Amino acid sequence: MSDGLILLENFLQALAAGLMVGCLYGLMCTGLGMIFGIMRVINFAQGDLMMLGMYAAWYLFTGFGILAFLGPYVGPVAAAIVAGPLLFIVGYFLHQFLISRVTGVSVAASDNQGHYAQLILTLGIALILQNGGLILFGSEPVSIRTPMSSSAWEIGPMVGEWVSVFLNKARLVGAIVSVLVALGLYVFVNRTRLGKALRASADNVEAAQYMGINVDRAHRIAFGLGTAITAIAGGLVATYYPFQPYVGIEFVIVMYAGVVLGGLGSIVGAFWGGMTIGLVQQLSTLVLPIQLQNTAIFAVFLLVVFFRPQGLFGKSVERV
Amino acid sequence: MGSRTTFMQSLGILAVLSAVYLLLVFIVPNQYYQLMLTLVAIWAVMGISWNVLSGYSGLVSFGHAAFFGLGAYTVALGLLHFNLSPWIGLPLAGLVGAVAGIIVGLPTFRLRGHYFALAMLAYPLALLYVFEWLGYQEVALPMNRENPAAYMQFSDGRIYSVIALVLLVIAVLVSRWIETTRFGMALLAIKQNELAAEAAGIETRKWKLRAIAISGAIAGAIGGFYAVILIVVTPASVFSMLTSAQALIVALFGGIGTVWGPVIGAAILIPLSETLHAELGNILPGIQGVVFGTAIVLVILLAPEGIFWKIRDLITRSDRDGRSGEAPVATALVDAGELLERPEAMAGKTVLEVKGLSKSFGGLKAVQDVSFKVPEGAVIGIIGPNGAGKTTLFNMLNGFHTPSSGEVIFEGENLVGLQPSGVCKRGIGRTFQVARPFARLSVLDNVLVGAYVRADDDATALRHAREALALVGMEKDAERTAGGLPSKEQRLMELARALAGKPKILLLDEILAGLGSSEINEVIVVLRKLTESGITILIIEHTMQAMLRLADHFIVLDHGALLGEGKPRNIMRDPKVIEAYLGRRWRERA
Repeated sequence: MSDGLILLENFLQALAAGLMVGCLYGLMCTGLGMIFGIMRVINFAQGDLMMLGMYAAWYLFTGFGILAFLGPYVGPVAAAIVAGPLLFIVGYFLHQFLISRVTGVSVAASDNQGHYAQLILTLGIALILQNGGLILFGSEPVSIRTPMSSSAWEIGPMVGEWVSVFLNKARLVGAIVSVLVALGLYVFVNRTRLGKALRASADNVEAAQYMGINVDRAHRIAFGLGTAITAIAGGLVATYYPFQPYVGIEFVIVMYAGVVLGGLGSIVGAFWGGMTIGLVQQLSTLVLPIQLQNTAIFAVFLLVVFFRPQGLFGKSVERV
Repeated sequence: MGSRTTFMQSLGILAVLSAVYLLLVFIVPNQYYQLMLTLVAIWAVMGISWNVLSGYSGLVSFGHAAFFGLGAYTVALGLLHFNLSPWIGLPLAGLVGAVAGIIVGLPTFRLRGHYFALAMLAYPLALLYVFEWLGYQEVALPMNRENPAAYMQFSDGRIYSVIALVLLVIAVLVSRWIETTRFGMALLAIKQNELAAEAAGIETRKWKLRAIAISGAIAGAIGGFYAVILIVVTPASVFSMLTSAQALIVALFGGIGTVWGPVIGAAILIPLSETLHAELGNILPGIQGVVFGTAIVLVILLAPEGIFWKIRDLITRSDRDGRSGEAPVATALVDAGELLERPEAMAGKTVLEVKGLSKSFGGLKAVQDVSFKVPEGAVIGIIGPNGAGKTTLFNMLNGFHTPSSGEVIFEGENLVGLQPSGVCKRGIGRTFQVARPFARLSVLDNVLVGAYVRADDDATALRHAREALALVGMEKDAERTAGGLPSKEQRLMELARALAGKPKILLLDEILAGLGSSEINEVIVVLRKLTESGITILIIEHTMQAMLRLADHFIVLDHGALLGEGKPRNIMRDPKVIEAYLGRRWRERA
């Protein structure tokens, strides 16, 4: 096989991996985008809530094996989906008891203080979750191993008997489920009454209140929903990626990079932002050593905040 | 700073604390507790480093691990590869930290709020991967057996505690020096309102860079010392999120924006978490993180600015209650109702000339081709309906916006392209539509912030500030806390802040907004006194009655263009102006 063909194969392989990982990142970012977009709350704990989602899926399928009866193909996906509602409850109450103390109408008057308190509060929650996770789950990395994790579908050979692209089954299934969940969320937000109430609360808190929308409740639901979406993404990632309680910090940067890239407040943009990050991460392996693929994400993230803080896809410009 | 504790007083407190610390070092029973004391000092220093940037200037950093880690690796790699003693390595680590601070600060200070915090988070995490990739997963500091002391290697742990104490004392002194000088004032002004600070003549970028350089230096040096204590450096132990978080948490827990905050925070949290770790670490491996997380959650919910301020507020509250019975400030019942007639006012030589000034935001032409001259000593009223471009005009005059085209000639010099602080230095001061007091500071300190632009030393600045307060008639309010002032006093205080910079021209943006009619009268009396002293004033105001009583000359803007100018009486009769702005009611009265 000639050098050119090897290069082509490597490129196509990285591209395919980027697209699949990108769908999963896109879903994660959509979850964060709900929270950041609707409430303008920086949630540092998002990665750690995702970690909880990963463990929830792991316990459902591997640990307690409640969903193991569904078999190695449906089971992991079902576990990831079920992690969603579980984490919805966590997010809902987290907002009710802690986050709401430093967000919403109560802090509107204290201009900058609100943001500041939110950053720090969610940092505290992140630390508790990470280290509490260490106590509860231990530091040994785990993953949801299934036959899918280590097998692939082959596309090709495309040029004669050369150039094949291998699609990891776990990743591909995860990517497809991600797109479906994201589409479902899109329909929910745009078509249903509750979704419209959420968007109204995002647009203008006061006006929404006058229209009889319970903004506090809308925020709780948005926070729960954002948590649930990210948790599902986490559960899907867990089918091919070993994790431990500190895994959240790796992904929190991915998520913020994606959300900022997609433009604050845009849920669709967040998905494309996450997709872009996935592509950057995987394609960077063509030119950079594998240890530096996350550094490439940080570099892209910094470039975006410096040069296009309104995001590549977003229309709403907000510079604090 | 509000309490104005002098530098000498804090030296006294520091001496007592050091003595207590040394006493503890020499009476604790074993190495374990000595190490804990050393760690208390290390994290207090790290908290001070964070506080110097984020506590004083309000720019929240989640990335101080970057400086800490670079310092640690400087010492470790210096010793490993170049046989460089940590005695030299520590200052070098400080230098590396300072340089890193400037390199990080230069691009990152373009960002504000959320974006700054998120960007700062990325630096240490990126460095973590870079150091792993470079193959420095685990760097052990080699032992030196011939001459351990020359390589900062001691078998007696107490010596480390003493070195840590020395570093802490240096950090406290540096931090305290910042607090008590114009440096601290500048950072505080940035924290409260960066634009207002810039307009008051503070070169915000310069001060922020200085702050991050000093902050980075402190973090780098203490990171280097941490490497000496731990002997083994790994990327995860120095660049991790927990390192940045711990710096922030000790500062925030103890009290943000004061040097004693990190010291208090470290003294409480480090022993607590270390003890829990030692007692329960085997069964509950993450207990330290849980303690820090819980501490920070509780602080935010119960005492958002930290223990120091909570206690201080509790102490000063009784004090304030005693003062609340104060007699109301005597209202000046001077009649300010007369129309102003100063025929000679427009005859002075031109001090400011605006030539063809335009500004567009995208497709919106906010100001189009506006030209006018301002004679020395005149009061120019700028009127026009909402959205006419009045504030945009001011923003171009004082440097917030760069005009799309046109010139602003002040005393023969074109001001276009200057930073707001530069414009202020040349003698143009301004106030804002929304009053922004620095709430925790006294009235005098609030005004002092504006005085430094024209004062070479603290004494001159203080004199200028007092003079400015006298000009607006607020001498007796000098020691009051600004946060509690009623709105008229806040307006006057802002005016005094602008005056303290000894401006030749004052730009007043709706200084009467939100005041009652008797309060308006009082402010007008003050403004008239100012005009008599020869200051040139440009004023934007919607209260037409007040404008008629103040201005010698009107400039009318509509849709960003100059609609007309002239004597207030004539302008009021100009049908064009009446139609565009004043409406039918005024035409009937005219």
